Amino acid sequence: MIARAALEIESGMTVNLGIGLPTKVIDHLPSHLEVCLHTENGMSGIGPTLPSDRADRNLIDAGGAYVSTVPGSAFFDSVTSFAMVRSGRLDLTMLGAFEVGANGDLANWKIPGKFSPGVGGGIELAQKARRVVVLTTHTDRAGKPKLKTECSLPLTARGCVARIFTDMAVIDVGPEGFELVETAQGVSSADVAAATGAPLRIPNTALPSF
Amino acid sequence: MRLPNKTCAMGATIARINDGDTVMVGGFGVPGTPMTLIHALVAHGAKNLTIIKNDANEPGMGIDHLLRAGLVKRLITTHLGLNAHAIGLMNAGKIEVEFNAQGILAERIRAGGAGIGAILSDVGIDTELAQGKQIVEVEGKPHLVETALRADVALIHADRADPFGNLGYVATARNFNPVMAMAAKCVIVEAEAVVPLGALPADAVQTPGVFVDHVVALETLTEEYAVVER
Repeated sequence: MIARAALEIESGMTVNLGIGLPTKVIDHLPSHLEVCLHTENGMSGIGPTLPSDRADRNLIDAGGAYVSTVPGSAFFDSVTSFAMVRSGRLDLTMLGAFEVGANGDLANWKIPGKFSPGVGGGIELAQKARRVVVLTTHTDRAGKPKLKTECSLPLTARGCVARIFTDMAVIDVGPEGFELVETAQGVSSADVAAATGAPLRIPNTALPSF
Repeated sequence: MRLPNKTCAMGATIARINDGDTVMVGGFGVPGTPMTLIHALVAHGAKNLTIIKNDANEPGMGIDHLLRAGLVKRLITTHLGLNAHAIGLMNAGKIEVEFNAQGILAERIRAGGAGIGAILSDVGIDTELAQGKQIVEVEGKPHLVETALRADVALIHADRADPFGNLGYVATARNFNPVMAMAAKCVIVEAEAVVPLGALPADAVQTPGVFVDHVVALETLTEEYAVVER
């Protein structure tokens, strides 16, 4: 699923990879790809993650991982970093999710009474990146669908999600809700529909698998 | 003509912080967090502080020392995810926490530093972060009024400074430091190196010394500045 999501990143893009599953996408990007990775704490042109014995104490990404530069990297302050985000300079952001609504609503920052660490840069990424895709397990730890008709948790942003990559499928959020695009190997369309908490449009044609 | 010398001893500068003050603290995680100034503030012991900082560092690091010493009444921040202790204090009602979207926190501070009363933004307008905020329509679209933030004191970490307070930062240790250095009545800087006037090329100055009140040279870098083993 992470390898499949990595194919979403095209040459020429400026991309922000959110904390959690999306950060792992970096390991699946081909070396010939011309892409600029942005991180909220003030860097464009993120290079490979470094082990602690080779780390620079002053060079981290927004998730706290020690990263490196590539030729052409730039550092900047938090004002500049979010000017990039809010003014639409991010072609793509990949975010984690607690819930995604069939209307493209995203909830990924707060579970009242259980998890409330604050939103960080999540609202601005979700609301302002030109394209927002989500990487998430299809169901939560209790096996309940994370893709729902409507989000029940506090929202991060409305109507922002264009595509969802899960361990079961690739699903687009269209004008009429969730549309199945691809399935994971060994997973049927019916399996995906059964694990999805909202109507799922399944095309009549054979679907690719990943 | 010679520019004024603002170098001074740590204790004398920190003693200016009073009970009830609002204190901005630079840093995003470890990089750029003024660890030594924070320890001096703990030793000074000013109480009922409002702290403005991007995050709460990690347990036993950075502003967590202020939290453990019981000096913080209110925290204006964006994310506490790496500090379970801070989340525990918040959930127990021991500290008040106001969450901001990260870039909006930066812009509110920038407005404070730029002499502007508030900014207008639609960030988070569909979320609970909009609760209680005034809404203004601009060109047919609703915007939240995000009020400017200023502080009594800003604690800043710089890589290098000259005696006038011209500053340079390194890598991702820049983050909130330059903007906070503009937005407080009294700006106190700890610098890893204090170089002679003229040693920082004018084009390389990232915060002009005009914004800075006091410069403290760091004699040693404690373990807290080092790479965190996870």
